[in-house]
Amino acid sequence: MYPSTFDYSAPEGLEEALGLLSELGDEGRVLAGGQSLIPMMKLKLAAPGHLIDINGVSELSYIREANGHLAVGALARHADVSSSETVSRHNHTMSSAAPWVADPLVRNRGTLCGSVAHCDPEGDWNSVMLAVGASVVARSTSGERVIPITDFVVDFFTNSLRPGEMVTEVRIPKYQGPAGGAYLKLERKVGDYATVGVATHLALDGAGMVAEAGLGLTAVYGHNLKVTEAEEMMIGQAPGSELFAEAAAIAARTCDPDDNVRGPASYKRAVVAEYTRRGFAQALAMAKEQS
Amino acid sequence: MTTTHEPRTSPEVGGIGHSVRRKEDDRFIRGAGNYLDDLNLPGMLHMAILRSPVAHARINGIDSSAAMEIDGVLAVVTGEALAAHGLAWMPTLSGDTQAVLATDKVRFQGQEVAAVIATDPYIAHDALAFIDVDYDELEAITTPQQSLATDTLIRDEKEDQTDNVAYTWEAGDQDTTDAAFASAARVVSLDTHYPRSHPAPLETCGVVADVNSITGQATIYMTSQAPHAIRTVFALVAGLPEEKIRIVTQDIGGGFGNKVPVYPGYVVATAASLLIGKPVKWIETRTENLISTGFARDFHMNAELALDSDNRITAMRANILSDQGAFFSDAQPTRFKAGLFHICTGSYDFPSAHVTAKGAYTNKAPGGVAYRCSFRVTEASYLIERLVDNAAREVGMDPAAFRAANFIKEEQFPYLSPTGFVYDSGNYHGAMDKAKEMIGYDDWRARQAEQNADPDATKLIGIGVASFTEVVGAGPSRDYDILGLKMFDSAELRVHPTGKAILKLGVQTQGQGHETTFAQIVAEELGIPYSDIKVMYGDTDNTPYGLGTYASRSTPVGGAATAVVSRKIRAKAQKLAAHLLEAAEEDLDWEPGKFTVRGTDQSVTIQEVAFAAYTNHPLGMEAGLEGVTYYDPPNMTYPFGTYIVVVEVDTGDGTWKVLDMVAVDDCGVRINPMIVDGQIAGGLTEGFAKANMQWITFDDDGNCIGSNFMDYLVPTAWETPRYRLGETVTPSPHHPIGAKGVGESATVGSPAAFANAVIDALWSRGVKNIDMPVLPHRVWGALNDVPISP
Ligand SMILES: Cc1cc2nc3c(=O)[nH]c(=O)nc-3n(C[C@H](O)[C@H](O)[C@H](O)COP(=O)(O)OP(=O)(O)OC[C@H]3O[C@@H](n4cnc5c(N)ncnc54)[C@H](O)[C@@H]3O)c2cc1C
Repeated sequence: MYPSTFDYSAPEGLEEALGLLSELGDEGRVLAGGQSLIPMMKLKLAAPGHLIDINGVSELSYIREANGHLAVGALARHADVSSSETVSRHNHTMSSAAPWVADPLVRNRGTLCGSVAHCDPEGDWNSVMLAVGASVVARSTSGERVIPITDFVVDFFTNSLRPGEMVTEVRIPKYQGPAGGAYLKLERKVGDYATVGVATHLALDGAGMVAEAGLGLTAVYGHNLKVTEAEEMMIGQAPGSELFAEAAAIAARTCDPDDNVRGPASYKRAVVAEYTRRGFAQALAMAKEQS
Repeated sequence: MTTTHEPRTSPEVGGIGHSVRRKEDDRFIRGAGNYLDDLNLPGMLHMAILRSPVAHARINGIDSSAAMEIDGVLAVVTGEALAAHGLAWMPTLSGDTQAVLATDKVRFQGQEVAAVIATDPYIAHDALAFIDVDYDELEAITTPQQSLATDTLIRDEKEDQTDNVAYTWEAGDQDTTDAAFASAARVVSLDTHYPRSHPAPLETCGVVADVNSITGQATIYMTSQAPHAIRTVFALVAGLPEEKIRIVTQDIGGGFGNKVPVYPGYVVATAASLLIGKPVKWIETRTENLISTGFARDFHMNAELALDSDNRITAMRANILSDQGAFFSDAQPTRFKAGLFHICTGSYDFPSAHVTAKGAYTNKAPGGVAYRCSFRVTEASYLIERLVDNAAREVGMDPAAFRAANFIKEEQFPYLSPTGFVYDSGNYHGAMDKAKEMIGYDDWRARQAEQNADPDATKLIGIGVASFTEVVGAGPSRDYDILGLKMFDSAELRVHPTGKAILKLGVQTQGQGHETTFAQIVAEELGIPYSDIKVMYGDTDNTPYGLGTYASRSTPVGGAATAVVSRKIRAKAQKLAAHLLEAAEEDLDWEPGKFTVRGTDQSVTIQEVAFAAYTNHPLGMEAGLEGVTYYDPPNMTYPFGTYIVVVEVDTGDGTWKVLDMVAVDDCGVRINPMIVDGQIAGGLTEGFAKANMQWITFDDDGNCIGSNFMDYLVPTAWETPRYRLGETVTPSPHHPIGAKGVGESATVGSPAAFANAVIDALWSRGVKNIDMPVLPHRVWGALNDVPISP
C-alpha cells in the first residue's frame, strides 16, 4: 500500500496517549484496530499527519460488568466481544451482531470503540448501540464525559468528540427482567458491509407488555438511525406480530436509503420492514424463554 | 465408450491415474514461491502509472515539471515521449491497436496517461499527484447500445473507422435456420446480458524490465501466460532483435486469462529501462488490476430456439452484441472474432443454427479475455443452457428430460455441429444419469412440488440443471492462430545418464500443477518416476516455443506434445535396449519402465537404457536420449458434464442459498484425479461467484464500480457451497493419452446451473429470467414486479 507520509507514536499508557492527543491537536489521529483507518489511508481518503497507536495501552483492553452495566474498553476487539460470555449473558443484540461484523481477520484487530467512533453509516455497531441505549465515555487531559449514544452519533463519519478527546469505553445498560434482541444483516458475502442491518431490542414488564423497545438501522440513512417513533409507539403494548408489523412500517418509512448497486431504495425499505418483523419476533422468543 | 482407468504404473512411478501430491506445493505452502514482486535486482528503479480519472476526455496538455522536482524522481514518461520512439500505440492480440500512454484522448477511466520512474516505489506513487493533466471532458459512452446509436467516435484516431463497431462476425447458415423457424411449432426466446467480470488473479500484473545498455540484451521478467508469444510481439513492437529478448516468468499467482494480453505497463517499463539503462520494476495495485486490465464477458445475447411438435429442437438463432471497451484487446484466434461462441448449440442435436456477433467500442476498460474458459465458450454455454431450461418449462417438460430428449447420442460421435465443429466424443446421457442419481433428482422434485405449492410459502425450492459441452485445446493450425502464430505447442525432453529427466514446455503454469501432471505423463510413457522429472517452463531462452496456457490448451496440446516426445524417446530407447539385450527390436516387450525379451526373463530398465545412451551406445547411433516435439492437434477436444444445483429462495429478502450441488464432469482420461477435483472445485466457486455476487459495472459517467475487493466480490469459504463431484470417462479419440482438459469446465458449466435453479424456484411465480449476478434485489424485484436497474 502507498499511503501519504505520516508520523507515528506508540504510547504505553492512557495518560501518555491523552497527552499526545492534546499536544498534536488536529494533526493527531488515534489508531486502534486500523481496520477502517488504514484502508482509508491506503486509498488516500485519509492522510493523517500523526498516528497515535493505542494498541500498547493495555489498560483499555477489557470487557466487564460494573455498576449494573456492561463496559467495553477501547482495546476490546470485535473477536473479544463475539466470544465473551459476559456479553452474551448481558445483551442479546450485541452477541447476535458480533459475528456479523466484518470477517474473522478483521474481527481479530478491529475494536468496538473504534467502530463506534468511526460513525460509518454502514458500520454495524452503532445501530446496536442506538437500539440498546448505550453511552460513550470520552477522556481528555482535562477530564471525562459520558455521552449518550444519540448525542455521540452526529452524522456521516462524524461524532461529537472534542479536540483532544478519545473514546475509552462504551457502556451498555442492563435490563433487570426478561429481554431479548437480534441483529439481522443483509450482506453479499462475509466481510461485506451491510446492504441493510436491523438491530432490535425488546424488554418485557411483569405483565408481559413492552417495557423497552430499541430499533437501530444500518446503511439506510446518512448515519445509523434510531427509529424513536417506533420505539415509543411500542412501549406498554402487547408484543406480537401486529405490533411488530406496525413498527416495521414506521421503520420502512423513516429510513432514507440510496439507490445503488445493492438495490433500489424500495427494496431496502422492504428489507428493513422484513428484518424489523423478524428481529422483534426473535427478540420476543428469547424474552419469553426467560419469563 | 465410457471406461474407468486403473493406473498402469505403481504409485512410486506415479503415471496416469495417480493422485500424487503436487510437487510445487512444497514451496507454495511454505511461503517460498518466487513471484514477480519477490525479484529485486541491483540498482532497480520503480515505476508508477498515472491513470485517467475520467472515462472520456481530450488531453490538452500534461505538465510534469513539479513531479520532476521531487527527490528520487528520475523521469516522467508521457505518450508524447513514447511517440518520438514510435511506441505510443501498440498492436493488440486481436489485431487492433491500443494506446500505451494516451496522447490525444483518454478513452476509459483508469487508462494509462503517464509513468513516473523513481528510486523508490513510495516516491513514484507520491509523485503521481504532482503531474498536472489538462482534460476536456467528453460524453462517456458506457453501453454498446449507446455506442452504436451515437455519432461520437471513440476511436477517432483510426483513419478507416467511421463508427464504433470493433468487429462483426457470423457462423452457421442463415437460410436453413430461417426455414426451420418458419415451420417451427413453437419458438422460445431469451434476452440476457452476461455481465462484465474480472479474472482478478491474487497476484496482480507486473514486470521487471532489465535492458543491458552495453549488450542490448533485454531480460523481461513478467506475469505472462504466454511468454513466447509476448517475446515475438515485443520484437515486433519495439523493434528489438528477437534473440536479444528473453522473457522470464517466475511463479505466477493465478492468471485466469488476465495475464494473456500485453499491457501498457510492460511496454513503458521496458522502454524506460532501455532509455535509463537500469532495471525498472512495475507492480500493479489491486485497483489498477481491476479497473484497467483484461476484463471478461460483457455479452448482450438475444437468442431463440425453434421446436417441433414433439418438443425436439430444430434450430437456434443467436444475436450477440459484445462490449469490448475502448480497444479490441482480448486474445483470440484470428479467424474467430467472437471467439468460439458458435459452440452455443451445446450438447444438443439439431441441424441448423445461425449466429451473428458485433463488437462495440465503449468508454470502458478494454478486454473480453477468456476468463477461465476457451474463447467466449462460457457465454455460449450459459446461453444455450438457460435457453433449453426455459424451453423445457414452457413446453411443460422436466428440464432434465427435455435435455435428454434432445442430446446428441453416444453413437453420433464424431458429431458435426451446425456451426462447423466436429465433436470428438461424448456420452451426455451417461453424465446426466449419474448426476441425477447422485443428487436424488426425483426426490428433490417431489419435495419442491410440495413446498412451492403453498401460495404463502416464503421459502421456494429450485432445481437447476446445466449439461455443458466445451470446445478447448486450440488448436489445429489450419484454423487457429494468434497474430499469425499457429496454435501448436511443444515439449522437449532430455533423459539424463542416471535416468532422471528434464521436461521443457511451451505452455506456462499459473497454479494448475503442471510440474506434477506433465511429469506424470512422462512417467506413464517411460516408467521414470514422476518425482525424477523436473518440469521447466516460462523462460523463453530455455524452453521450446509455444503459445502458452489459456483456453484449457495445456493438456490437450502441450500434454499431447509431452506424450509424443516421450514416445519418440521410447522408440530410441527400444533400439538401445535391443543393443544391450542382444535381441531384435521387435522381440522386445514394453511395460512402463522396462524392456523384456519376449518369452524370457531378460530385461533392462529405462534407467539402464538411459545410462547406455551416454556410455555404451551402438556404433552408428547418436549418443544421448532427448527429443523435441511440436504438436499440431488434429482437432479440438470437447469436455462435457452435467451439473445439478438445488437452491432455496427467501421471498422476503430475495436471498438464495445452495442446499445441494453435484457436478459430474467428463474430461476424458484423468491424469491426476486429485488435481482434476481441485480444478473443478475452483471453477465451480468462480461460477457460483458470477451467479451470486460478482460483476463490474459503471455509472453513467463511466466510473468503474468494482475497483477493489470490497466492491468486486470474491466468495470466501463461508459462502461457497459444498460440492459433490462425480465423473464419467470418455477418452478423446484423437489425443495421445485420451485427455480433454479440465481447467475451465466448471467455470463454463456452472453459472447456468445456479441461475437455472433460481428461475426454477420462481417460475411458478411468473419469473422467466433474471440476469447474473442473481442479486437479492433482482430476485425481489422480479417477484414483486418492481423494475430493477442495474
Ligand atoms: C475487510 C473489512 C470488512 C469490514 N466489514 C465491516 C462490517 O461488516 N461491519 C462493520 O461494522 N465494520 C466493518 N469493517 C470495519 C471494522 O469494523 C473496523 O474495525 C471498525 O470500523 C473500526 O475499528 P478500528 O479499531 O479498526 O478503528 P481504526 O481503523 O483504528 O480507526 C477508525 C477511526 O476511528 C478513530 N478511533 C479509533 N479508536 C478510537 C478511540 N478509542 N477514540 C477516538 N477515536 C478512535 C480513528 O482515529 C479513526 O478515525 C470492516 C473492515 C474491513 C477492513
